[in-house]
Amino acid sequence: MAMAMMIRNAAASRRAMTPISGDFGGGLRSMSSWWKSVEPAPKDPILGVTEAFLADPSPEKVNVGVGAYRDDNGKPVVLDCVREAERRLAGSTFMEYLPMGGSAKMVDLTLKLAYGDDSEFIKDKRIAAIQTLSGTGACRLFADFQKRFCPGSQIYIPVPTWSNHHNIWRDAEVPQKTYHYYHPETKGLDFSALMDDVKNAPDGSFFLLHACAHNPTGVDPTEEQWREISQLFKAKSHFAFFDMAYQGFASGDPARDAKSIRIFLEDGHHIGISQSYAKNMGLYGQRVGCLSVLCEDAKQAVSVKSQLQQLARPMYSNPPLHGAQLVSTILEDPELKSLWLKEVKVMADRIIGMRSTLRESLEKLGSPLSWEHVTKQIGMFCYSGLTPEQVDRLTSEYHIYMTRNGRISMAGVTTGNVGYLANAIHEVTKSS
Amino acid sequence: MTNSEFSSSSSSSSSPSDRRIGALLRHLTAATDSDNLSSVYASPTSGVSGGSVFAHLVQAPEDPILGVTVAYNKDPSPVKLNLGVGAYRTEEGKPLVLNVVRKAEQQLINDRTRIKEYLPIVGLVEFNKLSAKLILGADSPAIRENRVTTVECLSGTGSLRVGGEFLAKHYHQKTIYITQPTWGNHPKIFTLAGLTVKTYRYYDPSTRGLNFQGLIEDLGAATPGSIVLLHACAHNPTGVDPTIQQWEQIRQLMRSKGLMPFFDSAYQGFASGSLDADAKPIRMFVADGGECLVAQSYAKNMGLYGERVGALSIVCKSSDVAGKVESQLKLVIRPMYSSPPIHGASIVAVILRDRNLFNEWTLELKAMADRIISMRKQLFEALRARGTPGDWSHIIKQIGMFTFTGLNPAQVSYMTKEYHIYMTSDGRISMAGLSSKTVPHLADAIHAVATKAV
Repeated sequence: MAMAMMIRNAAASRRAMTPISGDFGGGLRSMSSWWKSVEPAPKDPILGVTEAFLADPSPEKVNVGVGAYRDDNGKPVVLDCVREAERRLAGSTFMEYLPMGGSAKMVDLTLKLAYGDDSEFIKDKRIAAIQTLSGTGACRLFADFQKRFCPGSQIYIPVPTWSNHHNIWRDAEVPQKTYHYYHPETKGLDFSALMDDVKNAPDGSFFLLHACAHNPTGVDPTEEQWREISQLFKAKSHFAFFDMAYQGFASGDPARDAKSIRIFLEDGHHIGISQSYAKNMGLYGQRVGCLSVLCEDAKQAVSVKSQLQQLARPMYSNPPLHGAQLVSTILEDPELKSLWLKEVKVMADRIIGMRSTLRESLEKLGSPLSWEHVTKQIGMFCYSGLTPEQVDRLTSEYHIYMTRNGRISMAGVTTGNVGYLANAIHEVTKSS
Repeated sequence: MTNSEFSSSSSSSSSPSDRRIGALLRHLTAATDSDNLSSVYASPTSGVSGGSVFAHLVQAPEDPILGVTVAYNKDPSPVKLNLGVGAYRTEEGKPLVLNVVRKAEQQLINDRTRIKEYLPIVGLVEFNKLSAKLILGADSPAIRENRVTTVECLSGTGSLRVGGEFLAKHYHQKTIYITQPTWGNHPKIFTLAGLTVKTYRYYDPSTRGLNFQGLIEDLGAATPGSIVLLHACAHNPTGVDPTIQQWEQIRQLMRSKGLMPFFDSAYQGFASGSLDADAKPIRMFVADGGECLVAQSYAKNMGLYGERVGALSIVCKSSDVAGKVESQLKLVIRPMYSSPPIHGASIVAVILRDRNLFNEWTLELKAMADRIISMRKQLFEALRARGTPGDWSHIIKQIGMFTFTGLNPAQVSYMTKEYHIYMTSDGRISMAGLSSKTVPHLADAIHAVATKAV
């Protein structure tokens, strides 16, 4: 009896382990998986950090990896204006498909943020704009659009940039070139090299620009530098595509954060813009954003919008409703909008405060290095200048998680952990 | 919507990029009609001084399906009837938010601890697991053996697109066969995903039923290993489904030729009123141990249209492979939209995980399915009562949201112009848009075109 059972069990476990084969009354070919040759993909360098953080059992662990805002207790935040908007939307009877271009109301309100409340371009209906899946979706649709209608073109991308920018234009099959941006020696902008690259690019090239709070460096051109860049772009007839993921989040003032865009508009450029509400409204998971392209006239804007929709339809048909409704509810109500502006400023101010504290702490520890860049850089991220090896030490010895390019998400820094963080950074850099 | 232009004559040595460009060119040729194709690709004018770099664009035609609603909205007639896009309407002609959805939303709002940060790239994990169970069955051996990978996507469209891009990157055969006819968006989705689209016979206009012989012949002649898109139930636009016996024959043929099944399941529970019955064809394929892809949508069966909730499941031979496949799916998703939206998936998870809400949902689903079946009966009776010439039994034989009336574009046009009835030009009507009150109006219109030479 025991023997029979053993044999049965052995047969069963053999069946469980080997790929199923044999004829299943229909000639199922005896074959292994079609996907056997599929290689395991590398983890996303940014999102993989949070995965690793979550898996770490250490009570001291600090996550300064992915750029999601945290309050001073290290907790994620749902803005009060968003909670109120959710409350107002509860019980909504509308769950139908949005048009392919998304919520017209949300798009209108969003354009005002980027182009200005009184923008003549909005009045003249010269902007082709659609709701997108946050900033990623806007960039991807623009890249697909660029591929389809300017098929010989390339995209110039700053070094460094958000890593997903490379994935986006690659999957859109638009060839990429880079332009100088970050200056490791000064931990600031390599302005002259940037201008050289802009000058040397063929006329009519497409450039990706971070409107404010450059990701990952936090290094932005000054207003004067933006004006010079704009003038050179004019001389070269380049196309400027702005990725604006942090409007309001950088300085605390949305109008100020859109300055680069306003300069280009004043100078007559026909730009493209990707806007995201992930950070500045804390709507991360809702995936709300907007892609806009400024056109010569209203007729052209209609054409361009129709073509953008043709790209969205075979990707997801129409964009998600809920996030768009939240944005509209907040921005169309003066009280809620005012509350939002206050809350954005609070977030920006907290980050600016943490920059000061981190820098002061490092200086107090007697660090041999300069940490001036921590307060000069702006937005969610600080490009610390830490090497990958130093980052690895921070993780393995101190349970501090950040991306290996040394990018620190300042939103993850709190009064509770800034001392620990400063100390750890000092330890791994003091012999530099 | 003609599909034959998507058949490819590309050589096996053409790159995915070439195939995509070739397919795009054909697509744009069809779309822009008389416009000179070269004007679409004219060298872009430069930036500031020369005007816009996109000045050479022409306006794209309206989407054939969504364009119907656009036209309907413009019509001032008080008797207008929208039988275009497939969104459910109540007997009063109103959209419906299901009770369970309302309850789920309330539950979510009341939970103040809920944080709505980025979902992982694969989406809401609990939603993924529940979705797989829903379509494959809670007792599915594939789930038990941990060899299914499921990712949350943007409804059916998004699931098909992500699946298509994955196949274009990792599958050895880059051709997908779609039914003739099929949902108008299918060819565009797969073409942009990088696949070559071919068709297989499906609908028989003379019987207004399934051309089973043609289907078997075409799939039999397909290059081994090709991908085959299958409508799990309630075929869109025809409403014609294979019988279970026919499904079994299809399964055997496909497995013998190593054809990769890609199921589009947009109407589970909506077709017959039973979730399990509507999933049976998929489960038959999974039961034989083979691999397949399944795109699920919650747009219709949970009324979550605008929230864009769906899931792509890939059933693999082993859990090891499933893990690798999932990692590669993430590489497709990240450069498309980074991670999927949280709201709709959260609602679905609340409903599917709660036994009471789930049961309540099945009742609401059956009520919707029953109302549609009743509309079919009423329309059929109304045409019989008018003595409308022709055989209209297909109206009650076909299943799901749509009826392929058999009306031609000229007749459709006439019905729109004279009767303010809106439908897609292929004669597809959404039964969900009908009510007892409006059936007579539709019957009158059909009677009119059936009796006059339109």
